Amino acid sequence: MEETAGSYTAPAGQDEIVAALRAGDEATFAALVDELSPSMLRVALMFVPTRAAAEDVVQEAWLGVLAGIGRFEGRSSLKTWIFRILTNRAKTRGERERRTVPFSALAAADADGDEPAVDPDRFVADGHWRSAPDQWSSLPESRLLGKETLELVQTAIDGLPEMQRAVITLRDVQGWSSDDVRNVLDLSESNQRVLLHRARSKVRQALESYLQGEGT
Amino acid sequence: MTTIWQRIRGGRSRGLTCIELVELVTDYLEGNLDADERARVERHLAGCDACTAYIDQMRVTIAVVGRVDVDDIPDAMKAELMHAFRDWAPS
Repeated sequence: MEETAGSYTAPAGQDEIVAALRAGDEATFAALVDELSPSMLRVALMFVPTRAAAEDVVQEAWLGVLAGIGRFEGRSSLKTWIFRILTNRAKTRGERERRTVPFSALAAADADGDEPAVDPDRFVADGHWRSAPDQWSSLPESRLLGKETLELVQTAIDGLPEMQRAVITLRDVQGWSSDDVRNVLDLSESNQRVLLHRARSKVRQALESYLQGEGT
Repeated sequence: MTTIWQRIRGGRSRGLTCIELVELVTDYLEGNLDADERARVERHLAGCDACTAYIDQMRVTIAVVGRVDVDDIPDAMKAELMHAFRDWAPS
């Protein structure tokens, strides 16, 4: 049987992954840990105040996965199931350490109110652009994907309100589907859309300020 | 309270302005718009180089964000987890 790292996300591969874990297949477990832990850290950080606490939560969650995998029935995807274990641990830990704001309130706050995607000063009174945005397609790829640019983008993401940060990280950094993002973060469809829109708009703005004048 | 978004979606009969279009970009790129809304966005884009440039910037932004490094767990923790797995695994 062929098993490649990461294939567990495909519905067809999930049963094989679960079977391999139950059978004690180390490579399968290692691949799963590598694939999901970065997202788990990100999600844990929404509940607990420090990176160290988030790492503890991720570790506890994996131990919870081992303890529970024998009872996993496949009613949800493996990924959703693992993240449910993670968020339960993270909530418990977060309540002890800091957070009293419920998750849903946090999401609502970050998605609430009017927050224009682009500074309204960039438009004239009739709603058209005062001056057109630069053409980025003419920039060399080395410039757009250079270390400095990626660091700037990382800083912009780090500076987002936490729910926006979580959504853009899972959707665009980790490449999850919007349905997976919604399920794991327990968001309504409209909140997920607003959070992603705001997050992307702000990162674009940060990139624009950084690249200003170089695209012409 | 009426959000920008609801106001935009309210007036379907007329054309979009640029300031309205930029609020629909994510839903457009994510495939969340219905056929009418999508057609309105595309009509606007066909006649507006500035918004076409904007939407390109957004596509580039998404691509660049996709290249940001993921935040790995420390090696020591990974080693501990593998150790725990070996202890747990049926022998």
